[in-house]
Amino acid sequence: MSATHDTVAAADTAAVRRAIASTTRPPRPGPASTALTFGWRGMLKVKHVPEQLLDVTITPVMFVLMFTYLFGGAISGSTGEYRDYLLPGILVMSVLFTTVYSGVALNTDLTKGVVDRFRSMPIWRPAPLVGSLLGDTVRYLLAVTVIMVVGVLLGFRPDGGFFGVAAALGLVVVFAFGLSWVFTTLGLLLRTPSAVMNAGFMGIFPLTFLSNVFVAPETLPSALEAFVEVNPISILASASRGLMAGDADGGQILVALAVAALLAAIFAPLTTILYRRG
Amino acid sequence: MLGPNGAGKTTTIRMLATLIRPDAGSAHVLGHDIVHEADAVRGRISLTGQLASVDEDLTGRENLVLLGRLLGLRRAAAKLRADELLGAFGIAEASGRLVKNFSGGMRRRLDIAASLVVTPELMFLDEPTTGLDPRSRNQVWEIVRALVQEGTTVLLCTQYLEEADQLADGIAVIDRGRVIAEGTPAQLKSSVGRGALHVTLADAAQRPDAERALTRALGALTLQPDAARLSATCSDAEEAGRAVAELTAAGIGIADFSFGRPSLDEVFLALTGHPADSSVEYEATA
Repeated sequence: MSATHDTVAAADTAAVRRAIASTTRPPRPGPASTALTFGWRGMLKVKHVPEQLLDVTITPVMFVLMFTYLFGGAISGSTGEYRDYLLPGILVMSVLFTTVYSGVALNTDLTKGVVDRFRSMPIWRPAPLVGSLLGDTVRYLLAVTVIMVVGVLLGFRPDGGFFGVAAALGLVVVFAFGLSWVFTTLGLLLRTPSAVMNAGFMGIFPLTFLSNVFVAPETLPSALEAFVEVNPISILASASRGLMAGDADGGQILVALAVAALLAAIFAPLTTILYRRG
Repeated sequence: MLGPNGAGKTTTIRMLATLIRPDAGSAHVLGHDIVHEADAVRGRISLTGQLASVDEDLTGRENLVLLGRLLGLRRAAAKLRADELLGAFGIAEASGRLVKNFSGGMRRRLDIAASLVVTPELMFLDEPTTGLDPRSRNQVWEIVRALVQEGTTVLLCTQYLEEADQLADGIAVIDRGRVIAEGTPAQLKSSVGRGALHVTLADAAQRPDAERALTRALGALTLQPDAARLSATCSDAEEAGRAVAELTAAGIGIADFSFGRPSLDEVFLALTGHPADSSVEYEATA
């Protein structure tokens, strides 16, 4: 035992020396390449634990089925009519709910030593954050695709056609990317993953329900209606509906994109500063 | 860097590795200011932290490929480099397993390999053998020696005197955030004696006589809170034997005596006059 151990150790040492001696430092990769590498890290994690995808696959399907058949008759008189109204909205809701998990995941990540390694490396500072959000974007894309497939199976035939739907999905994903910076900031400010989850949903839940995702605002009391009209989530939902229906409202799309840009402009630097401070 | 838990070793390393900013003062790493030239510092160092600084949710190989890519290696080169390191560090067989299923020793070796994807000029190693079994500890020591021989400077912090003795060219003893002694292992040991004699008196009332006799034989005593126990540093067993003989010649009853290498506690007693703040587990593992 000890003899074999010694020979193994000796071989190791020689190999270790060769391995250490053999490197020269390559030129630094650019920001985009670094961020994409972090995105790849996110994908690898999904590969090892595919259950992580439940919240972007099974959950949205449940939402679509539940709301369509439970409330469809009561709200619109028929499930088919409500489905057409609801589907773009449920798409928005599912993806926006998912953004909270970006903050939760970042908070979990921070408790691990590997973050110290990343922070001590000569890489573009926001790369780990941008990269993980790029990885999350793939999750959002999966969620919107699943919902559209379910929708089509349920008989949803949007007039906007393939391109209209694709544009709507793109818009929702871009908006989600902007919004997720809010939750990464939260993820760095709060101490535990569950606190991030609670605080995140405390914000996103009422904002989503007090929008036109589920019901047309005209049926609401006037004060509430006024709020729902200006809620960015309503505007995003309306813009998606328009794109899918083939009568897109350029103004709504611009507002949705502007809100996403504004959120990213405020919260991306904030997240980066907090992350740097550690 | 040698010191007990809470002495400030990890904080110092985190500052030098640009993870936290110093509240005051300045430091240069390889000629670069750690605050104003942090990026230049990062380009020349590697950190293996006290918490495993590898991603537990990825495999060993994925970890090394990821770091290679982040440091600018092309995909094929990163894979090649990962396999080279995995082989050299004896973790090739486990390379496809998730790191969270690694043994403690393998995880440590991967962690060190992760710092060497591109060989740094300076490597920080924060308590690399804490919690390892003796065999794994020896493997880590071998790796550190190889690193140093290949020309990388290693700043290692530890709470084990033996580890510092085995690996270091220079030791700084840290206590409560300050360097209280600095020198080669030989200098440090000569300042605290190479060993320590512990005597337990049969009768605590004889302490003053015993103190006089021991001081005469060995010089200064180190403090012991127990009235019946006395300790003094001495250079070898022969000297310790003479001191014990002198005690018995002076008519002092000895219940028990022992001679051993100075522990970190004794180094501290000798250097600071107070024991190390925390009761650490080094006795058990040393």
